Amino acid sequence: MALIELEDVARTFTIRAKVGRLRRERREVRAVDGLSFTVEAGECVGYIGPNGAGKSTTIKMLTGILVPSAGRLRVAGVDPARERTRLARRIGVVFGQRTTLWWDLPLRDSYDLARRIYRIPDARYRANLDRCVELLELGPLLDTPVRQLSLGQRMRGDLAAALLHDPQVLYLDEPTIGLDVVSKVRVREFLREINTVAGTTVLLTTHDLTDIEQLCGRVMVIDHGRMVYDGGLDGLHATGRSERTLVVDLAGPSAPIEVPGARVVKVDGARQWLAFPAEDSAAPIVAAVAAGYPLLDLSVREPAIEDVIARMYAKVPIG
Amino acid sequence: MGSSARLYLAIARGSFRRYSTYRAATLAGVFTNTVFGFILAYTFLALWRARPGLGGYDTSQAVTYIWVSQSLLITVAVWGGGFQDDVQERFRTGDIAVDLYRPVDFLGWWLAADLGRAGFQLLARGLAPITAGAIAFHARMPHSPLTWPVFLLSVLLAVLVSFGLRYLVSLSGFWLHDSDGVRAVMLVVAMFFSGMLLPLGLFPDGLRQAAQVLPWAALIQVPTDIFLERSTGSALLAGLGFQLAWAVVLLALGRAAQLLATRKVVVQGG
Repeated sequence: MALIELEDVARTFTIRAKVGRLRRERREVRAVDGLSFTVEAGECVGYIGPNGAGKSTTIKMLTGILVPSAGRLRVAGVDPARERTRLARRIGVVFGQRTTLWWDLPLRDSYDLARRIYRIPDARYRANLDRCVELLELGPLLDTPVRQLSLGQRMRGDLAAALLHDPQVLYLDEPTIGLDVVSKVRVREFLREINTVAGTTVLLTTHDLTDIEQLCGRVMVIDHGRMVYDGGLDGLHATGRSERTLVVDLAGPSAPIEVPGARVVKVDGARQWLAFPAEDSAAPIVAAVAAGYPLLDLSVREPAIEDVIARMYAKVPIG
Repeated sequence: MGSSARLYLAIARGSFRRYSTYRAATLAGVFTNTVFGFILAYTFLALWRARPGLGGYDTSQAVTYIWVSQSLLITVAVWGGGFQDDVQERFRTGDIAVDLYRPVDFLGWWLAADLGRAGFQLLARGLAPITAGAIAFHARMPHSPLTWPVFLLSVLLAVLVSFGLRYLVSLSGFWLHDSDGVRAVMLVVAMFFSGMLLPLGLFPDGLRQAAQVLPWAALIQVPTDIFLERSTGSALLAGLGFQLAWAVVLLALGRAAQLLATRKVVVQGG
């Protein structure tokens, strides 16, 4: 069942800029430009793109706090902008840089308020709270005022608050921003758990690609309001024409190695770096090097996803 | 009890408890109100000695006027504040967008929060000044025990009117990005027209009649006159009716402005 459906969705903003002393010019900016995609129930999708690509605009339309200028949009069987309140009971939203928690009061009070807001039946509320407290290790924090929590603790608190009403879809906008390594790991483990065990559909925007590598089976890359890529992580490498690197240590300094299917990108004394297409096998290249050169040691480096995506962004002309 | 009532009660209770966590600020505030009470009470004493019966108040009523108004000042937020600070902060940070996807009515949420705040501040900031006034100046306490509940009702209505005014100021943030300027103007207007500086009855002809029909009179003047038992019988009902009418009008305006503001954000994108 498709939980999120977008069909040719567009959103334009009118920006007024001062031109000269008195004249004002109206200019149309297309933040989202003909976006179509479908997310099935239970998926975990990474939604990435450079700043200003249209990610937040998309999320705002998906939560119903922004009306699309054109196109069709449905989330959990509801037209978001028309039935915002009804939708709100079926979705959870976490913004990494915003909090819905009650700043001066103990964490527990915010959860009690969520129970009233979403009218969660007592038994379900208790079960969900217990599960979140256990998975996110919130037990010792429940009676701490939110303002005294660290960023990582607060983030975990916000995640729990967004999930108490059993939302079908969870939108996460940079859930790991500013967190230390340990907190990031914990947040990711939790998200994996609620996605795979509880079956909650997750749509995640992030600039930290490790989030996506570890959580998402599917990536959507958006730039200038258009979908640039939609598919698995592996396909991203092929589309981005990414390369793997073979690092070889020879017995001594030598001229750049010449073997078919790879090219030398760097030489440093006895060590040389050879790049080859990510989808090719390393074996014939290694064999060719070993046959023609005094090979001592070697290693293969996988392409960093950052580079792949950077290359993808760069392909779209700016302006 | 309905589930909405339980929600708003939870918001009000949380807000009450939240304000109770600012202990140092509360103590400092109580101290300030009391000191100002003394200064202004002596000023009024001097004034009424020179002009006995000014504005129809006898000297003991005039001094009590000061202590009641000092007790109400923060509760009815003559200077603005309360939820206004929160809403303004949420405009600045953009958190205001988060509020829109919650399935809770925006006005209901902030009204409940403001009533919780007012409840706390009536107890914490209201009791000390009036007690100090009663002890140090033999302030004129209500003679009829019935005056107390009617006074409390009037304070509740004053808070509603005050909320209505502040809510409109806050919503101006949707169009002006920052409601600070409007708020500064409102502060001066409210100080003057609420009866906080002087009882409105002392204003010159014309200004007096205008001040008495403007909504700010509902904040200090009306409840204080009820406390002093100057408004009794039909005058009392007229005072409460005046407050209720403004509360209804302002909350309806707030509701309309909220619809416009939401439409602006949702359709135009802020």
